[in-house]
Amino acid sequence: MPKTLVTLHVNGATYEVAVKPQDTLALALRDGCGLTGTKIGCDMGTCGCCTVLVEGRPVLSCLTLALEAEDWQIETIEGLSGAERLHPVQEAFATCGGSQCGYCTPGFVMTSVALLRDNAAPSRDEIKAAIAGNLCRCTGYAKIVDAVEKAGSDMRSADAGATPPTTGEKDDAGIQGRRQTAAAGR
Amino acid sequence: MTQGFKVVGRRLPLVDSWKKVTGAAVYGDDVRFPNTLICRLLRSTLPHARILRIDTSAAEAIPGVRAIVTGADASARFGVLPISQDEEALAIEKVRYVGDIVAAVAADDEETARQGVAAIEVVYERLPDYFDIDEGLDPVEEPIHAWTRDGSNCQKRVDQHFGDVDAALDAGKVKPQGHFSFIGVGHAFTEPHSVTAVPEPDGRMTLYTPTQVPHYVHRALAKVLEMPMHRIKVFRTAVGGGFGGKSDPFPHEMAVCLLARKIQRPIRLTFDREEIFLTNRGRHPGIVDVQIPVSEDGKILAMDVNAVIDGGAFGSFGVVTTYYNGIFSQGPYKVPEFRYSGRRVYTNKAPCGAMRGHGAVNARYAIESVLDMAAEELNLDPIEMRLDNVLEPYSKTTNEFRITSNGIVECLERCRDESEWPSKKGNLPFGKGIGVGCGFFISGSALPIHQTRTPQSTVHLQIDVDGGVTAHSMGAEIGQGSDTVIAIAVAEVLGLTMDFIRVRSDDSDTAPLDLGAYSSRGCFMIGNAAREAALVIRKKLSRAAERLSGHPADDFDFEDAKLIALSDPSIVISYFEALTEALADNGALIAKGWYQSPRMGGSFKGAGAGLAPAYSFNASVAEVDVDLETGLVTCPRIWLAHDCGRALNPLAVEGQIEGCIHMGLGQALMEEMRYSKGRISNPHLLDYKILGPFETPEMHVLIVESEDKEGPFGAKESGEGPLLPVLPAIGNALYNAIGYRAYDLPIRPEKVFAHLEKMRKSETGFSKTWETNGR
Repeated sequence: MPKTLVTLHVNGATYEVAVKPQDTLALALRDGCGLTGTKIGCDMGTCGCCTVLVEGRPVLSCLTLALEAEDWQIETIEGLSGAERLHPVQEAFATCGGSQCGYCTPGFVMTSVALLRDNAAPSRDEIKAAIAGNLCRCTGYAKIVDAVEKAGSDMRSADAGATPPTTGEKDDAGIQGRRQTAAAGR
Repeated sequence: MTQGFKVVGRRLPLVDSWKKVTGAAVYGDDVRFPNTLICRLLRSTLPHARILRIDTSAAEAIPGVRAIVTGADASARFGVLPISQDEEALAIEKVRYVGDIVAAVAADDEETARQGVAAIEVVYERLPDYFDIDEGLDPVEEPIHAWTRDGSNCQKRVDQHFGDVDAALDAGKVKPQGHFSFIGVGHAFTEPHSVTAVPEPDGRMTLYTPTQVPHYVHRALAKVLEMPMHRIKVFRTAVGGGFGGKSDPFPHEMAVCLLARKIQRPIRLTFDREEIFLTNRGRHPGIVDVQIPVSEDGKILAMDVNAVIDGGAFGSFGVVTTYYNGIFSQGPYKVPEFRYSGRRVYTNKAPCGAMRGHGAVNARYAIESVLDMAAEELNLDPIEMRLDNVLEPYSKTTNEFRITSNGIVECLERCRDESEWPSKKGNLPFGKGIGVGCGFFISGSALPIHQTRTPQSTVHLQIDVDGGVTAHSMGAEIGQGSDTVIAIAVAEVLGLTMDFIRVRSDDSDTAPLDLGAYSSRGCFMIGNAAREAALVIRKKLSRAAERLSGHPADDFDFEDAKLIALSDPSIVISYFEALTEALADNGALIAKGWYQSPRMGGSFKGAGAGLAPAYSFNASVAEVDVDLETGLVTCPRIWLAHDCGRALNPLAVEGQIEGCIHMGLGQALMEEMRYSKGRISNPHLLDYKILGPFETPEMHVLIVESEDKEGPFGAKESGEGPLLPVLPAIGNALYNAIGYRAYDLPIRPEKVFAHLEKMRKSETGFSKTWETNGR
């Protein structure tokens, strides 16, 4: 099958990638751009591991053809941190225990970043609704929801000029407390 | 060492999580080498057939197809257990299930590899198919494997009898029994199996694989490739979920190495989701019969357990599973008389193996259900009745399991109290219920699979002038946090922060032996080995501090990268001062620590199965809501108390327990591998349902610390045991809600609906007639 050159704008950089018509965006990112942080779990849109942001919206890159993605602005897990070592969402997934085996993590992180850009202070149910298209087999989701909550809170503090906590242990009581409250509120 | 931990017990991120949250972790399919060929597999489309002919000539003629291997390329059989070496890299004479690998094709790209697979011609002679366990116990026309006895498909028979169960059955005031059936469930990890084989220029072979058992893969490769182990390297990539599903050496791991050797180029193979289901090794489907005589005052007099499990086409861990389906009935209760009969039957379906809670889960559901029947018949509270029957700490079971620390009483009491059980049990309206279950599990298998005197786990430490501590281990980090356990143990002993410790647990060339991530052995065994190694380093640094200060070496405490004299805190040597002194005229500090289980157990046949240096204990209380219109059962909240000895990292322990709740609820409520004429009819995550965030209940995780005397800092396992009580807590809560006993799982809405319809039309209607005496 002949290949076509497609121009992909990923994390602010431009890639020229030769793809077959049936190649997915996930494949083009991984094989063409060398960005293997985007994972393929099912290749049929059921698990959410391959979630990337297209024009700021979460998209399943395994259900998107690479050829469609010409000229879109794409963000992947590799492009999140910028000048900081970690994006607050990445930081929170680590410190809240939101990542165990980690294979689903890039997809969850991208979905969560998109959510927090839209809604700086989501409720636990709003977080669950946002991540409902991503499957995690390790965590039972509780610590993922914790992580998104904490990231939102950290980002709001940072916007307000305060310094967000940067290590994991400081906010234990806070997270536990919030979880209790959220549970009680249901 | 002084009491009062500095690192142990803190809520710490997993040491490898930074790589995982940034996408930097290298999983199986992220391994990239130049000049790599892509592999696809030809799999059997028939459940049972003799291979008469394989013609690869048309496939070989396709431009871009570079190499093909078939059963003719490797004759040695392998398997994870020495006693069941029944697997082939590629099917040799027969195919035994739909999905069995017949040929492997390496080509320039995936599309060409697929074309190559499609062009291979295989001529089969169909053989009789065997899908049901019932027919597996008797002689059949064509046994699936030639070595099963009596011409049947029965692979393993276990018969154990302790005491006189029949007399106990006569003596019991009540003797409830149940016949339970379980469908197969799978691990459903997110990362597909993905391997790369690299033929090295010096003639060695390297396999990159996301495996839980690098050592067993190493052994199997040596056998199949007919190469000495030292000419093979196994590199464990990041593992995107295992749960037992990556704890076998696999045919596809052998096949890519055979291809790589044949064509002398790197070969990469990544499964699609269907192939994961075909490879399976999930929980065995099966039948469990349980009868438990109980005295009038609620004492368990005996257990009589009978299990027949469906192994699928190959052995895998199945011999062990056969034992585990019965012998784990022996806890967490005192069972004076005990009888178990277990059978494992080969069928022409995807092979079953080890899955989280290995072998114990289904039988536990049956036992805890029957115990609830007993409590009901005797009009006793199910929690109080359980509390009256639990094993003592530092005791023995009837089949001579050595019980050490045991927090079962606290587990039950905390679940009872925190769930407000006394006020809820008996007071919930029709359609709502509350139930309890208990469990216990091995904290590592005391007897290694290969019976050698080599320690089960060894950890090497190395410190050079930069002060960082490199820990080498083959302990398989699969997301459960075994690398973090090593780092915690070393940091704790040496009084360092976690960032000083770097764990290398991926490369068989540099890592000392560890048996892998299975049987919940990691924390206990690797943790102990790491702690021992760190104590050796501590001694070297203490002696250096003595040389520097003149103060006796054994009087130094290690904290905040300092060595502080206990009897005179004004004497302080910094870690780097001590290290520099220790390195002088000596070079890098090297230390080794190892763990080997003490001898234990009885002398009867099968006495070694299920022995562990420690056991975890747990209890769960769950609430269920039944939708009276549809029969859909949901779990709004669950309490799970788990005795992990000591939580080295409470954040990680909670994560393990929450993951167990997720998986246990899945098996109870929705997960099932469905077969139609030997084909899996739902081999993908659309129809194989696992819990999403909205199906996940409010989880109340209660950590119980019984401080095991032999565990590292008192720790025991927490990765598998917490799954066990979840299923029966749900089943018992459902019974409490609507009087429906789920004798088969999952609890599908249509079964519940049929029961509700019957009740709706009955005289009593929707009333809790089964709750006697206000309960």
